Amino acid sequence: MEGELGLWGIPLAIFAGAIRVSTPFLFVSLGECLTEKSGRINLGLEGTLIMGAMSGYAISYLSGSPWLGVLVAGMAGMLLGALHACICSLPRVNDIAVGIALMLFGTGLAFYLGKPFVQPKADILPAVEFGWWSDIPQVRAALQVNVLFIIGVILAPVILWFLRSTRWGLILRTVGDSADAARAMGYDVLWVRLVATVAGGFLAGIGGAFLSLFYPGSWNESLSSGQGLMAIALVIFARWNPMRCLWASLLFGGTAALGPALQSVGVTQGYYIFNAAPYVLTLAIMIATCSPRRNLAGAPGELSVTK
Amino acid sequence: MASVETAAVPAGAGLGESLRRAAEAASVPLGSLVVAGLVFALFIWAVAGANPLEVYELMYTGGFGSWFSLQNTLQRAAPLILTALCTALPARLGLVIIGGEGALVLGGLAAAAMGLALHAASPLIVQLGMALAGMAVGAIWIALAGWLRQYRGVNETISSLLLTYIAIAILNQLVEGVMRDPASLNKPSTSHIGDANMIGLIPGTDVHWGLVFGVVACVASYVLMSHTTFGFAARMVGGNVRAARMSGLNVGLLTIVVCALGGAAAGLAGMVEVGAVHGRANGSLAIGYGYTGILVAFLARQNPLAIIPVAILLGGINASSGLLQRRLDLPNASVLVLQGIIFVLILAGETFYGRIRLFRRKEA
Amino acid sequence: MTFDKKISRRLALGGIAAGALTTALPMRSAFAAKKVTIGFIYVGPRDDYGYNQAHAEGAAALKKMADVKIIEEEKVPETLAVEKSMESMINLDGASLIFPTSFGYFDPHMLKMAQKYPKVQFRHAAGMWDKAKHPANAGSYFGYIDECQYLSGIVAGHTSKSGKLGFVAAKPIPQVVRNINAFALGARSANPNATVQVVFTGDWSMPVKEAEATNNMIAQGIDVITCHVDSPKVVIETAERGGIMTCGYHANQSKLAPKGYLTGAEWNWSKVYTDFANQLQADKPLPNFVRGGLKDGFVKTSPYGALVGAEARKHADEVKAKMASTGVVIFKGPLKDNKGNEVIAPGKDYDQFDLWLEGMNWLTQGVIGSIS
Repeated sequence: MEGELGLWGIPLAIFAGAIRVSTPFLFVSLGECLTEKSGRINLGLEGTLIMGAMSGYAISYLSGSPWLGVLVAGMAGMLLGALHACICSLPRVNDIAVGIALMLFGTGLAFYLGKPFVQPKADILPAVEFGWWSDIPQVRAALQVNVLFIIGVILAPVILWFLRSTRWGLILRTVGDSADAARAMGYDVLWVRLVATVAGGFLAGIGGAFLSLFYPGSWNESLSSGQGLMAIALVIFARWNPMRCLWASLLFGGTAALGPALQSVGVTQGYYIFNAAPYVLTLAIMIATCSPRRNLAGAPGELSVTK
Repeated sequence: MASVETAAVPAGAGLGESLRRAAEAASVPLGSLVVAGLVFALFIWAVAGANPLEVYELMYTGGFGSWFSLQNTLQRAAPLILTALCTALPARLGLVIIGGEGALVLGGLAAAAMGLALHAASPLIVQLGMALAGMAVGAIWIALAGWLRQYRGVNETISSLLLTYIAIAILNQLVEGVMRDPASLNKPSTSHIGDANMIGLIPGTDVHWGLVFGVVACVASYVLMSHTTFGFAARMVGGNVRAARMSGLNVGLLTIVVCALGGAAAGLAGMVEVGAVHGRANGSLAIGYGYTGILVAFLARQNPLAIIPVAILLGGINASSGLLQRRLDLPNASVLVLQGIIFVLILAGETFYGRIRLFRRKEA
Repeated sequence: MTFDKKISRRLALGGIAAGALTTALPMRSAFAAKKVTIGFIYVGPRDDYGYNQAHAEGAAALKKMADVKIIEEEKVPETLAVEKSMESMINLDGASLIFPTSFGYFDPHMLKMAQKYPKVQFRHAAGMWDKAKHPANAGSYFGYIDECQYLSGIVAGHTSKSGKLGFVAAKPIPQVVRNINAFALGARSANPNATVQVVFTGDWSMPVKEAEATNNMIAQGIDVITCHVDSPKVVIETAERGGIMTCGYHANQSKLAPKGYLTGAEWNWSKVYTDFANQLQADKPLPNFVRGGLKDGFVKTSPYGALVGAEARKHADEVKAKMASTGVVIFKGPLKDNKGNEVIAPGKDYDQFDLWLEGMNWLTQGVIGSIS
C-alpha cells in the first residue's frame, strides 16, 4: 500500500482494533471475575451477552434512548445471572453445566425475541473524539472511543480496589476461597454468590449492549461469535485480577484486528490462520502460565474449574 | 465434580435396590421434562400467542408421527449420539469437555484425506481407512485437551473450546487452500471420495449407518465404563483423584485415554458426515453437531446408554422445527428456547436425586 | 421489513401479466390456475438485509397470488437437514415446487431429492444445472448481478475523491471474485487510476470482522466501499458512521446510509419466482435453466443517492441502457490480472453466459488483494 503511513498502519490498526473490539471482552471478563471470586463459574455469560445485545438494541429502538438500552441490557443480564445463581444454589447442581444450559437458553431467547429487531435501525451510542489533536485521519479514527470503553477502563482498578481493600470484597473472597470458613464467620454463602453472579450478569449484559449499540452497532443473530465464552477464558488467563482482565481484553481485541489489518496492507495469505490468532495466543499463554503442581495464584479455592 | 455420579449399582445390592435406582433415574428426568414442557407451553402461549397443544401436536407429527418423520428424527440423532460421547466419556473422570465440534471437523477432514489417498482400493478398505483416520485425529485432538489438563494444568473446558476454534480455522484454510478441489467453485471443498466409497443406508430405511455406529459406540462405552476394571478405574479418578493416585492408578494415562476415546467418537461422527452425507470435507462439517452433543450428554447425565434416547428426543425436536416454521410461522429459535428450558430444568432436577422419599433406600 | 410494498406489488402484477402472456389468454389462465404449494429454504435468517432477504422478498411476492401457498424455512444448514426439510415439505405439506436458495444445497442434497421425488420440481439459485448430468425435474436460475456491480463501479469511480475503493468480501469463490472484478472494471472505466482494496473476512456472516475491515479501509483513505457478504448491514452502517460512501448489495440498503449510499446491486427474484409460479399453475413445463441480467429483469440497481453527480449518472445510465438493450460485454480482452499476467487475450470477448466466467480465479488489474 502506498498509504501515507505505510507499514506503520498495522500497529495503528491493531491499536485501534484493540480499543474497538476489546470492550465486550472487558465487561464480560470483569463481570466473570467478580462471579468467580465468589467461587462460582458462570459459563452462561455468552447467552447473557447475546441477550444484552438484543434487549439493548430493542429498547434503544423502542424508546429512542440508547442509554436506556444499555441499562435494560444490564438488567436482562442481572435476571439471567439471578437464574444461574438460584439454580446453582440447589444442592448437587453443577455450575458449569448450568452455565452451558443458560448459554443455550439465553441465546435461544434472544434469537426468538430479537426477530422483530433485526430490521429496524436503532439509535446507537455516540463516540467521543479523542483524536482532535492529530491531523492524521487514521489516528483520529483510531481514537474514536465509546464512553463504555472508558467506563470499563475505570472499572478495572475500581473492582481491584473493591476486592482488595473493602470489607465486602473481603467477604466475597472469603466465600470464594472457603465456603466453610465463610459460614463459620457467619456469612450467608449462597446470598453472597447470588449477588456476585447478578453483578457479573449485569456487566456482561452491558458488554452485549456495546456490541449492538456501538460496535459493530447492529443486532443480528451472528453478532457474537463466542465473545462471551472467550471472555471467560480470559479471566483464567488473567488469573482473576481485574487489571490483568483489562490488558488481556486489549491484547485479545488487538489480535482480533490482526486479520483484516494485515490484508489491507497486502498480507493476503492464510487469513483463516490470522483469524484464529486470538485463540492460538490465548491457548499458548495458558499453556505457558498454568502449572499442574500448584494452584494458580489468585485462584478462588472453591472454584470448580481449578479444583 | 459433583455432577458426575457413579451410576453403577454397589456390589451386594439386591434387585430391589437396582429397581429403586432405575426408577429414580427414569422418573426424575421425566419429571423435569414434563415441567419443561409446561414452561415452554406457557412461553409459546404468552409470547407467540400460539396454541401449545397445536404446537406439541405438530412436534409429534414432525418428529415421530409417521415413518418418514421417524427416519428424519433418527438421521438427525445419529451424529448427536457420537458427539455426545465426546463429552460423556471424559465426564466420568470429572472433566467437562466441550470441544466435540473441533474433533468432528478435523475427523471429517482426515477421513476425506484418507478416502482420497486410498480411493483406488476396495470400498471396504477405503471406508475402514477413513474411519480409522477420522477417529485417530479426533482422538488426538481431545487427548490434547486431556494432556494439557493433566500435565500443564490448563483447564480442559476452555482449552477444548479454543481447540475447536482452531480446528475450524484449520479446516477452512486447508479446504480453501491446498486440499481444494479446483472444480468446487462456489463452495470450496475437497475432492469427492467417489460414490463407490460412500457408506450406504441401513437396508429398508433412509437412515445411514452412522446411527448404527453411534448405538454400537454407546453400548461399547457403557460396557467399558460400567463393567470393566478400566471403567472402574476411570470412575475412581472421577470420584476422588487423590485416592485414585494413592491406590496406584496412572491418572495421567487414564485421562488421556478416556479423552482420546471421546475424541474418537466425535471424529467418527465427522467421518460419517463425509462418508455418508457430503462425500467431501467442507465448511458444512462445522454446523454445530458438536455443541448439540454437549447438550445431549448432559441431558443423558453422561450415561452412554441414556444418550441414545436423549439424542432421538433432540433429533425429533429439531426435525419438527421446520414444520413449526411452516405451519405456525414460529421463528426457528423456538426449538432453541425449548432445548434451553429442558436443559435448565433437567439440571435443576439433579437436586432431587436421593431426596424423594419413594426412591429412598429402606434402611436409610 | 424494508421491503417496499408498492414496488413488490407492481412487480408481482408485472409478473402475472408476463405469465398471462405466455398462456395467451389471461382470463383462461386465471380460471385454470390450480392450487399449488411452493417451498422456499434459506440458509440464514430471512430478514438479514441481504442474500436471504432478497429471496424472501421474492417469495413474499408470490404470497399475493391466488391459490399459491408459500411455505418457508430459514436457517437450514447445508447438510442432511436440508434434504429432510425438502422431504418434509413434500411429504407433510404437499409441495410441488421447491426453491433451495443457498449455493451449497445443490450437490449432493437437492440432486438426491430430485432423484427420489421425480414428480416434484426443484429449482436452485445458481447456474449449476447440467442437462447431461442432472435430473430433468431439477434446474437452475440465476441473475448476472455483476452487471449491476459494474454499474456500481462506474458510479463509485466517478464519485470517489481519492480514487481508492474498498470491497469487503466473504470468501474468494468465483461468484464473489466476479463481482469484485466487475466492480473494479466499472470503476476503472470511469477513473483509470482507481484501485479496489479487497479484504476477505473468511465467512458469510462475521459482523465484527466486517466492521474491522471497513474501519481499516476508512483509515487508509478509501472513500467508497461495497461488499459481498450475506448481510451488508454492518458494512454499510459502519461506513456511513465513518463518513464515507457506499454501494449496496443483495437488497436496497439506502435506508441504512441516507447520506453516503450511492447505488447498489440488487436481486429481483420476485420476477423469477412469479414466472415459475405462473407456469406451474398453468401446468406448463417449467424451464430447467433460466438466467438473465438487467435486460431480463433478474437484477436491478438501487436509485442513485444524493452524492452521485451528473457525470456519474450520465455514464452509468448510458451503460445501463446499453445493457438493457443490446448487452454489454464486461469481461473482454486484452485484460491483465493484478499480477500482470494476461488473462483475456486481445480481441476475446466473454459474454455473460460464458461458463468460463463461472470459474473465475483471478483478480483484475487495479484490485489490491489476492485470492489464495
